[in-house]
Amino acid sequence: MIFPKLASTSGAPLYLQLMQRIRHAAESGALQDGDQLPSIRALAEELVVSPNTVAKAYSELEHEGLLDLRQGSGAFVTLSRRARSFMDHVDRARERVSELVDALRAEGLRDDEIRRVFEAELLRAAPARKR
Amino acid sequence: MSDCPAIETIGLSKSYGRMEAVRDLTLFVGSNCLTGFLGRNGAGKSTTIKMLLGMVRPTAGYGKVLGRRIDDPAESVEIRRQVAYVSEDKRLYGYMTVEQTIRFTSSFYADWRTDRVAALLRKFELPLDRKVKSLSKGMRTKLALLLALARRPKLLILDEPSEGLDPIGVEQLLECLVAQSSEGTSVFFSSHQIEEVERIADRVCIVERGRLLVDLSMDEIRQSYRQIDLVFPFEPRELEFNLMGVESVRTEGCQLRVFSSGNTDGIVERARAYHASSIEVAPVGLREVFLGTVREKSDALV
Repeated sequence: MIFPKLASTSGAPLYLQLMQRIRHAAESGALQDGDQLPSIRALAEELVVSPNTVAKAYSELEHEGLLDLRQGSGAFVTLSRRARSFMDHVDRARERVSELVDALRAEGLRDDEIRRVFEAELLRAAPARKR
Repeated sequence: MSDCPAIETIGLSKSYGRMEAVRDLTLFVGSNCLTGFLGRNGAGKSTTIKMLLGMVRPTAGYGKVLGRRIDDPAESVEIRRQVAYVSEDKRLYGYMTVEQTIRFTSSFYADWRTDRVAALLRKFELPLDRKVKSLSKGMRTKLALLLALARRPKLLILDEPSEGLDPIGVEQLLECLVAQSSEGTSVFFSSHQIEEVERIADRVCIVERGRLLVDLSMDEIRQSYRQIDLVFPFEPRELEFNLMGVESVRTEGCQLRVFSSGNTDGIVERARAYHASSIEVAPVGLREVFLGTVREKSDALV
């Protein structure tokens, strides 16, 4: 798989960006069940990021059940039933959001206004949910 | 791969006459990390590195590299055996050829890797039979890097390693540092190229006037540091923004800009309470963190 470079000033830690890319690749089908990911060293060299970044992303994805880290032989994609149902869930959410965005656009709101409404809502809801 | 920190110093100081190059520096560099060491010219980076390697004697304070005391002559020898170092001036013998330099240097180290030398020679495209004095600045830097990377050090210390390198050379350097780190080597490098540090470092230490201003992980910076731009329907000069996480505040007309190291929610909440008409939160890069903290605090340190 071809990994896009990570954005070093985007406001999200690099390991989170990498997790997002791998998750996205699994959701879109670019990565299939059982596929092997590059070794930590190979991916760190390819992306020119610290190996700790790759190691952290892999281990967090293992926690999520999307990767299986086998000592010495690498990281394998495991689309378990739970992970798949999570992705279906995300897919359905995306459809609903997309309908909502279309509706708001039809009502004449600009994209940056819509984005601000979403961000403000998430910001408002976030502190309570995190704790 | 040991559990003891790669570098630790407590109150390390060095004065040259009345000039204090390093003042009361307390530094902790974890093992198996890529750590960037930033600071302006004359901030004390090179002096610090030279003290760590026993090349400059501290005026006061205490330091350990790989668990060994830097002021003990026997332990300092052991430090130099386990540390590879690329100096700021990349000092090499001009009358030797590239090949002679490599052969000469290899004779000092038991952990020399011939296969690695061959790979690096190919990567850096260094001409074996050229005299060192006729090499360009970038080529000299590459040769100095090769001599350090050809070993299997526990710690790699580099002082301005990208100086004189073209963009391709810089990319190769970063790849080498990442590869070295994935073999379990701790890497500590000073640089003026903030983007390089930002791309590969796990942690970053910023010194100014010989003191440590910032010691953070890049994850913390990306996650917590923000620039918050506020617009008020009135001039906000009198508003109280002395909150946790606020590093600096600038006002101009109806606009107010907060540079924060955390507590974004709290600051945004306060802005709302003051009836801000616009609130925009943006992540900041390492460059802004560097400029923000060095400018803000350097005046206070005089």
